[in-house]
Amino acid sequence: MTKKQKPTVLITGAAGALAQQVINRLRDTYQIVAVDFRKQTYLSDDIPSYQINFNKRVFEDLFRKYEFDGVIHLGRITSSEETRMRRYNANVLGSQKLLELSHKYGIKKVIVLSTYHVYGANAYNPALIDETAPLKAAELTMDLIDSVELENLANIYLWKYRDLNITILRPCNIVGPGVQNTISSLLSSKRAPVLAGFSPVMQFIHIDDMADAIVLSYEKNKSGIYNVAPEDWVSYQQALELSGCSKLPLPSIPPSVPRFLAKTMNLKIFPAFLLNYFKYSVVIDGRSFNKTFGFKVKRPLKEIFRYYKEMKS
Amino acid sequence: MNLKSYLKEKFISKELDAQLDKIEKPVGSLGYDPWGFNAETNKLMLSLYSNVYNKYFRVQTDGIDNVPAKGPVLIVGNHSGQLPIDGTLVGYAIATRKKAPRMPRAMIERFFPTVPFLGNLLNQAGAVLGDPVNCAKMLENNEAVIVFPEGIRGSGKLYKDRYQLKRFGNGFMHLAMQHNATVVPVGIVGCEETIPAIANIKPLAKMLGIPYAPITLPFILPAKVHMNFGKPMKFEGGDTTEEEVTRRVEQVKSVINDLIDKGLSERKRLF
Repeated sequence: MTKKQKPTVLITGAAGALAQQVINRLRDTYQIVAVDFRKQTYLSDDIPSYQINFNKRVFEDLFRKYEFDGVIHLGRITSSEETRMRRYNANVLGSQKLLELSHKYGIKKVIVLSTYHVYGANAYNPALIDETAPLKAAELTMDLIDSVELENLANIYLWKYRDLNITILRPCNIVGPGVQNTISSLLSSKRAPVLAGFSPVMQFIHIDDMADAIVLSYEKNKSGIYNVAPEDWVSYQQALELSGCSKLPLPSIPPSVPRFLAKTMNLKIFPAFLLNYFKYSVVIDGRSFNKTFGFKVKRPLKEIFRYYKEMKS
Repeated sequence: MNLKSYLKEKFISKELDAQLDKIEKPVGSLGYDPWGFNAETNKLMLSLYSNVYNKYFRVQTDGIDNVPAKGPVLIVGNHSGQLPIDGTLVGYAIATRKKAPRMPRAMIERFFPTVPFLGNLLNQAGAVLGDPVNCAKMLENNEAVIVFPEGIRGSGKLYKDRYQLKRFGNGFMHLAMQHNATVVPVGIVGCEETIPAIANIKPLAKMLGIPYAPITLPFILPAKVHMNFGKPMKFEGGDTTEEEVTRRVEQVKSVINDLIDKGLSERKRLF
């Protein structure tokens, strides 16, 4: 095989808006190979793209073929997609396969995208939760078990195979153009549900800033676990107001009532298992990441909400 | 115009607005801090509270300038009166003092975040869930934090036990030592008379999931409140035995006892 001109990076979750932003930032410097569990996405002629299940044997062929230098694993299926079992297979077992292959083929850098949801939402959460805090989400809801397990797995590999240089990123709510997660759908909607009497403090990061953070952590190569969040905060209900949403208050007590309503009304936009995140704050401390990587967000909250407001007009 | 803007315009006096603007309180671009404090709501709450502080409880303070103008501070007081009125009065006093006002943060019981509307309102007014992690992070951020080491033992005590300090937890001393925070003791007299309780119905409290269910009056009495702030106390950090920490806690407790006695001797009548 001829010597590679550029280092090669495998990026998972390529169909997602965030992965595409990351690819755009890296494509000049790196040879990108894009994969997605869900669908094949055409990116450009110079970027091979595959729809692939990490648990299938053909996935290893990609490692043989491209001799990856690094992996950016953004392909976590979010909890509102697929069944619990399929999510577990993809997010936990699939990720394990990815990490095993990364070790086998001598990869020197792995980024794993997690979520702040792993900390869990409950009334006793302190603010500015740092990376050493226990991950309570699995105790609070079965639907987040795969997210917590993915983290635990990445942690095991982080310590077991130090040469992989794993960096685990736990971002706050990622929002902005193209993002299709729960919070972005809520901010995009004209009428968004709220739990009466509860307006937890939330953190939001613009997709462009998050893509910058991923690229920075890939290039600076400092392994570890990091929260990613700007040092700016806003209550959920004010975020909705600033995004031009009208509020649809749901009764909040006793706790079984909103859960029952969310389930019976099949409110996909306000999934029952995430209800506590709209009740209690889960404010993370992103200062360690900011300091280690010299990171500062460029898009303030007002700009983020203005985008959603303008989208509606 | 939304409700908050309307209330702000109607109730916040120019003087108080200017006074509160003098306080250097770091907040994000939309006026929030990580614990849910909101500059606008806080101003509104303090404005609405000024009559309660000045006319209803007619609070008299002494030694308020003992609270340092900057740096991490723990304001440690005696807890009393079923509701956290004492914390709000200490907070108001320091936020509105003439010289170097600060925005102290009151630590509240774990029960409050679960209460719709009230939990958010308290957070936006600056109160914070009483958790050691919160306290530590706030001291790291050079905040002044109001703590009542008696906790529920203090606020839930009956009228017959008034002004008798209950056991102090050692947590505040550990935090003061770890974060090099100044401890300012405060003796609060008057709050015991605001909601005198004659009994606590424990089974009812358990059933409702609240800390205590007192038999008391259904309203708050307008007792006159005296608050005496003591001299700042500093405690060396380092590797200290728990016995030594307890000794230091007892030292603070003893000063608070003296400050309470001072307040009681100053008091001419209950109301």
